[in-house]
Amino acid sequence: MEILVCVKRVPDTAENEIVVNSKGTDIERGDLVYSVNEWDNYAVEEAIQIRDNAGGSVTVVTVGDGDAEEILRREMAMGADKGILLSDDAFNGSDGKGIAAILKAEIAKGQYDLILTGAQADDGAAQVGGMLAAMLDMPYASLVNKIEIVSDKVIKIGREIEGGNQEMSEIDLPCVLSIQTGINEPRYVGIRGIRKVASVEIPVHGAGDLGIAAGSVGAAGARVKRVDYFVPPMGEGAEMLEGSTDEIAEKLIELLKSKGGIK
Amino acid sequence: MTQPIFAYISHKNGTADDSAFELIVAAKKIDPAAAVTAVVCGAGAELDAVCSTMAAVYPDVWKVSNPALAYPNAEVLRGVLVSILPAGAITLAPHDTFGMDLSPGLSIKLNAAFVPDVVGIEGIDGANLKTIRQEFGGQVSTHVLCDISAGAVLNVRSGCFLSDDSKASGSVTDKSGQAGDCKAKRRFLEVVAAEVGDVDITKSDVLVSVGRGIEDQENIGIAQELADTIGAVVSCSRPIVDAKWLEKARQVGTSGKTVKPKVYIALGISGSFQHLGGIKGNPFMVAINKNPKAPIFQVADIGIVTDLLEFVPELTDKIKEMK
Ligand SMILES: Cc1cc2nc3c(=O)[nH]c(=O)nc-3n(C[C@H](O)[C@H](O)[C@H](O)COP(=O)(O)OP(=O)(O)OC[C@H]3O[C@@H](n4cnc5c(N)ncnc54)[C@H](O)[C@@H]3O)c2cc1C
Repeated sequence: MEILVCVKRVPDTAENEIVVNSKGTDIERGDLVYSVNEWDNYAVEEAIQIRDNAGGSVTVVTVGDGDAEEILRREMAMGADKGILLSDDAFNGSDGKGIAAILKAEIAKGQYDLILTGAQADDGAAQVGGMLAAMLDMPYASLVNKIEIVSDKVIKIGREIEGGNQEMSEIDLPCVLSIQTGINEPRYVGIRGIRKVASVEIPVHGAGDLGIAAGSVGAAGARVKRVDYFVPPMGEGAEMLEGSTDEIAEKLIELLKSKGGIK
Repeated sequence: MTQPIFAYISHKNGTADDSAFELIVAAKKIDPAAAVTAVVCGAGAELDAVCSTMAAVYPDVWKVSNPALAYPNAEVLRGVLVSILPAGAITLAPHDTFGMDLSPGLSIKLNAAFVPDVVGIEGIDGANLKTIRQEFGGQVSTHVLCDISAGAVLNVRSGCFLSDDSKASGSVTDKSGQAGDCKAKRRFLEVVAAEVGDVDITKSDVLVSVGRGIEDQENIGIAQELADTIGAVVSCSRPIVDAKWLEKARQVGTSGKTVKPKVYIALGISGSFQHLGGIKGNPFMVAINKNPKAPIFQVADIGIVTDLLEFVPELTDKIKEMK
């Protein structure tokens, strides 16, 4: 099974407070810690497990700038066989459709049976997988939390739906699946693993290599554009308890008692 | 604006989803004068029941009946929508597990722009529709301009456009003849119900809920001890279940349990909409989080900015002393 996994480098929200810059044009990126999008790690782990059972290879691909290479190496340290970086100034400012179009152009150069993405990334859009599938005319399933290989033509999948119920389907290959967290337990990657792949060559493909017309992607091609970042007014918000730990604890206990929170 | 607006109606067992009553409110925010049509796809008597409910809310209802639509398969429904929707349509769908499955691909096939997870609509500005979205788990918001000149698909977050008791005496038009062959490369098999756990968190009046801020599996004992001391049950956010630190039956949220406690104590939970979507009945909510900007503070009644790993054991000790 030839598997491609689309990954994205994102600010790690578990490590950072996200703050809007003074002009509202972006978030403060100076001190951000970046990592692989949480959902993508599950997708790569799943791909590696399928390859280990069914044979084939795992390629990880990302659209990004030079810094994005580090996450490809991280996923290769996890066990992906190959990384591809899609990078070009013409890609800057792409909307979801633009990113999907860039990925599509790369996919058209290869032969993949299974294409995985994370269910969503830092912008919570959950769009690239579904767009990519439609562009490739491949079947698609989102929020996949189970994959069972049936044959080289069809697989069985579970989608996580409301209430944590699981919708089981059969889907023809090749297909695109977006992977939900919890499908597996992504393996740990140590410094040593990363060092091992530090000098592996990662090809970089630009708009010219991919045959993408200037203006069809990037800011010029985008029909959906983010114009600013802002923090909405707090509204009522919570009453914040302040003071020494003792004082706060005492106040909280009073409140909990009055609301029936202490039995 | 002269573009027609369509709302995809989700329904189950003959009952329309809450989103059906919210999408018409969102549509009116795009254009108060727009003609808004509810698209209801399905099969049998259940479909007719939903169509008549919708005719009391939407001025126009399009019904598509086919046995292949008895269970909503996004690939089949995409084909149906592509064949019945006019060019330039603005299509609204819920940003739920079905809308996430349907809409991105639908936008490509309609050659329309796509805006996912819309939480606000500010109206038309030239060729653009101005919408509001959130990023980074709700920590920041953004204004997003969407060029709607060739149509658009919008996935709308639940609870952001509250039902306004829209009334209509709409007519139902049968579009079944245009549904196409309803074939798909993805075939639905069955729904497997979520596993049942040892503890039923929906039965408890008081929940101590842990999120990723608990940092380590061992620290869950801190929350358990507080819960034992006050007579509460421990529940959690999704990452705790993903990490296999607690069982799935303890997860609160759209893909977990819906709870209705009197008191909800959130420890190290940021307050994503999927988590909050599982908390109903407006409980007295206490949030303990070390990030003063955590979105949970916008919905909690009481907020405490502190390291829970230090604060919670002290709180538990104090309650024990008093008892
Ligand atoms: C389709 C779909 C369905 C989903 N369904 C659900 C669902 O049902 N339930 C659910 O919960 N999520 C669900 N999610 C995931 C959701 O989007 C969030 O990722 C998740 O809720 C975040 O959990 P969290 O708040 O525990 O973690 P985070 O967002 O990482 O927040 C951790 C918080 O802990 C704080 N913190 C860290 N350390 C400390 C400390 N020492 N003391 C105090 N505070 C600390 C941080 O400031 C932060 O605010 C779903 C996602 C998708 C895409």
